[in-house]
This record gives sequence, structure tokens and C-alpha cells, in this order.
Amino acid sequence: MSRRALSTKVLMHVLLLPFLVFALFPFYHMTMTSLKQDRELYDRYAVPLIIKQGPTLDHYTKLLRETEFLTWTKNSLLVTAIATSASVVIATIAAYALSRLKFLGVNAFGTGIFVTYLVPTSLLFLPLAQVINWLGLADSKWALIVTYPTFLVPFCTWLLMGYFRTVPKEVEECAMVDGATRMQALWRIVLPIAIPGLVCAILFAFTLSWNEFIYALTFTSSSEQITASVGVTSELIRGDIYFWGELMAGAILGSVPIVILYVFFLDYYVSGLTAGAVK
Amino acid sequence: MAIGTLPARAAPARLPWRTRVRELLDRERILGPLFITPALILLALLVAYPFVMALYFALSNSFIGRPSQFIGITNFIRLWDSDAFRQTFQNAFVFTGISVAFKLVLGISLALLLSQQLWFKRVIRGAVLLPWVIPTALSTLGWWWMFNSLYSVVNWTGIALGIMDPPGPNWLGQKYYAMAAVITVNIWRGLPFFAITILAGLVAIPKELYEAAQADGAGPWSRFWYVTLPMLKPVLAVVVLFSTIFTFSDFNIVYVLTHGGPINSTHLFATYSRMIGLESGRIGEGAAVSLYLFPLLVFVVWAQLRFVRKQAY
Repeated sequence: MSRRALSTKVLMHVLLLPFLVFALFPFYHMTMTSLKQDRELYDRYAVPLIIKQGPTLDHYTKLLRETEFLTWTKNSLLVTAIATSASVVIATIAAYALSRLKFLGVNAFGTGIFVTYLVPTSLLFLPLAQVINWLGLADSKWALIVTYPTFLVPFCTWLLMGYFRTVPKEVEECAMVDGATRMQALWRIVLPIAIPGLVCAILFAFTLSWNEFIYALTFTSSSEQITASVGVTSELIRGDIYFWGELMAGAILGSVPIVILYVFFLDYYVSGLTAGAVK
Repeated sequence: MAIGTLPARAAPARLPWRTRVRELLDRERILGPLFITPALILLALLVAYPFVMALYFALSNSFIGRPSQFIGITNFIRLWDSDAFRQTFQNAFVFTGISVAFKLVLGISLALLLSQQLWFKRVIRGAVLLPWVIPTALSTLGWWWMFNSLYSVVNWTGIALGIMDPPGPNWLGQKYYAMAAVITVNIWRGLPFFAITILAGLVAIPKELYEAAQADGAGPWSRFWYVTLPMLKPVLAVVVLFSTIFTFSDFNIVYVLTHGGPINSTHLFATYSRMIGLESGRIGEGAAVSLYLFPLLVFVVWAQLRFVRKQAY
């Protein structure tokens, strides 16, 4: 590498630095806060960026022992797991039909999926709360399992339609000429080829439902039913007294499942994002 | 008659039941509708129907636990006349306009940097994308702490660097500072989406165009202006349209950071609609607030269908 090329490369990294600091500093600061002793945390003359008086796990143990954090996490996992699996199944068959089959109304329904994909959740939460009441699901995590597919299904369908289109039609037709039925061709030929798309759909659906906030906040309220995001943001704040250490510990632990997925499947997140996953 | 028709009906029945089902499933005109039925039922019951209900609510004086009457567009007019709603309306445009503009400019810059030869390319991309995958409500709690009136690390840094006079601004308690704070968090959370999507657009630009431009004597700036930007236009249009609708309808950041305050100065449609509809119980008026989002949604859908889907097919 010539000296000029090397210095350009170094310059690029220097220019990237402010972006990286902007992106990562909040996480760094949250971690530091959650590990600090209260004495140092609330010392107005201490340097907030570092831990001087020794780290402690007190905030984490308090969070796990004295609050319902584990229940909220369990609720989040249950809601996310059921909503994600149901949505991906519904979306897979719908996307297959929309991208491969010719039938009456296929174009209209395709447009309908795209339109609902764009509808923000904040437009519908008021009337949906009424529907939830009528269904007898008020203040129950089942309200979330029922409503999350309303944004997951359009999203996954749209994502999967793109992937199914990349599977050559000829592959499927060959199998059918050789005597396979359409269902067998779908199950044995198309789906295996579209596995990267399915992984992507599952990842994004999982992330979207884990991160969902407005429905969870509106449809559930009791401590046994709420999800991690709602629990940490509303139950850990009582009156005017904030327990910042526990709050930050909760925010970090509540993000752990997503971070784990993210570390293992980073490339899928990037490719899904460029394939049109936007929410 | 009955005797005459019986054999005709019995003939296909002689085929095993499973074969007949299989044959039906092979027909596109039957399998297609069958496959979209679950999605159709779900969306009809939990999207289309609530939407119609929202329309009805907005045109009624609906209140929690009370029968309602049709009152026409009174809610919309009353809202338009109220200062709090006007403030919300203005906030939504300020918030969206500034956020999207910053995300676009910073997103293009970041994408250009990410497209260069880099060490630890994967790690850097992973770090850049992180704010976008973490639950927004939880990461906003971190920002809430960073903007805290007594222990703000933002102010501490500002004072340490000599940019701010102690004690520094009370970010979430003062009108314009609070708006600046929610906009900052929105940019922080939305920038990765812009950067990564634009990066994909950058990578797709054929190298020959740059070589040709260079041969014609174009410098880096004119190559960016005459090659990169025009080639990126479709991607930028998609990103801006999507981001506009989701920034406009944002809820999480404002709800966690400021709750719409101080004195409604950061309320957006979604947070104001929740306050009116659920916290005060005036469902009709609350539904009308969120329906003010609807014209924008229609415009974005129209633009997307027109410009974006044309390219997809």
C-alpha cells in the first residue's frame, strides 16, 4: 500500500470516529451507570465517564430480586415467540401465493399488503384497544399475541415476496414435471432455497415484536402481564424518585436477547435492511 | 332423477380422498386464495375494521364507558381551534423536517465513509447499526439519564470542553432544548437505517461511471455531484418517504423522554392522541388527532406506489 493510500485510509477512520462515538456512547454510559455504586453515581463532583470507586453488581441483583423483571422478560419472550412464529407461517404462504400464483384479486391483495405495511401502529391503537376489550383480552399478554401479527404479517410478507421472486420459476416447474405436486415443490424446493429470506423474516419479526412499545403500553398494565420494555419504563419509576442504577440495568438486560441475535446474525440484519425491511 | 344423477356424482368420489385434495391444491385459482385467507382475515379484523372504527370515533363524541353520538367533524374543528393541538401540529412538522434533513445528510456522509476501504469493516458496520436494533423505549431511557437536569453527562462534557457555561441547559425542562433533545435521539436511532440503505445504493452504482467521469477530468466533488447523487436518487426517495411517515408517527422517544412536555412543546400526533384518548378518556377526540396523520399517510402510500413499486416490478 502506498503512503498516500494509507494516509487516506487513516483519514477515513478518523472521520468515522465521531459517528461511532455518537452511536455507541449512550450504551457505554448506560453500562457505566448500571455498574456504579450509588455513592459515586450521585456525587455531582465525580467524573461521570469512569468508575473510580469500584464497580458493583448491586443494581442488577436488586433488579432481579426486588422487581418483577424476570416475569416481564418471560412475558416478552412468550409474546415474541408466539407472535413471530404465527406471523412467519401466515406470511410465508401469503408471500408464496402473491409472488407465484395467478388468481383473482392477487394484485389488489398485494397492494393491500403494501399499504398496511406502511400504516404506523400509532394510528390504530385507540380503536384496537376497544377491539381488545370486546375480545375479553384487556390487560392480558394475549392481547399482544393477537395484535402484533397485524404489523408483522404485512412486513414479513413483503420481505418474503422479494426472496421468493429470486427463486427461478423453472426449478419449481421441473419438480412438478417430474411428478411432484405444488405443495411438495413448495416444501422441498422453494422453501429450502428461500431459507436466508426466512431467517431474515424471523429475525426482523422477533426484533420488531421484542421492541414494540405503544401496543404493550396501551393493552397491558398489571405487573404480571407487561413486557420488558413497558416494565422497565413504567414500573421502575415510582413518583419522583428515580433509581437510575436499576433503570439502566433494566434497560441493558432488556436489550440482551436482541444483542445476542444481532451478534450472531449481523449479516442477515444488513441484508434484510437493504431488501426493504424498514420499520 | 336422484337415481340418474347418483353415478355421475359417485365417479369422482371413487378417487381416494387425498388425491382429490391434492389435485385441488395444484390449481392456482384454489391454492392462491387459500394461502392468503389467514392473512386476509387477520388484516380485515385487526387493521381494516379498527380503521373504520377510528373514523367512526373521530366523528362521534365517544367517551370511555358512555354511549356516543354522531357529531360530524366537530372534533376536527375543535382540535384545530385548540392551542395545544396547533402546537402539536407544528411540533410534528418541526420534528420531522429537522430529523429527516439531518438523517439524510449525515446518512449520505456515513454511507460514503462506510463504502471506503476500512479495517474491521464488519465490526464498524455492526456498531453503526446498533442503535437501530436495540428497543427504542429502553435506549431512550439512557438518553433520558444523559439529559438529566442534575447529572447530565452531556452538560458535564460540554462544561469540561468549555462549550457550555455551568450548569448548562436543563434539556428536558426548557421548550427549545427539549425539542432539540427529542430530535437528537430520533436522529441517533434513525441514522443507521439511512446509512446502511444508502450504502447498498452506493455499492450498486457501476464502477465504469466513475472511471468515465475521471477520464473526463471530473474531480471527487463533481463525481459525487454528477454521478453519485443522481444514481442514488431512487434509493434516497424511498428512504426519505419511509422515514417521513415513521418519524411523523413516532411515539416512543417523545413518550419516554418528555411525555410531550414542557407545556406540550414536544407533543407529536401519537403522544397527544394517547393523552387525549386514553389519559383523558375522550376517545373521539383522540381518534381525530391520529387521523390528522392520515393525509400524510395517503400521500406517502401514493408516492411509494407510483415511484417505488414501479422499480420493484
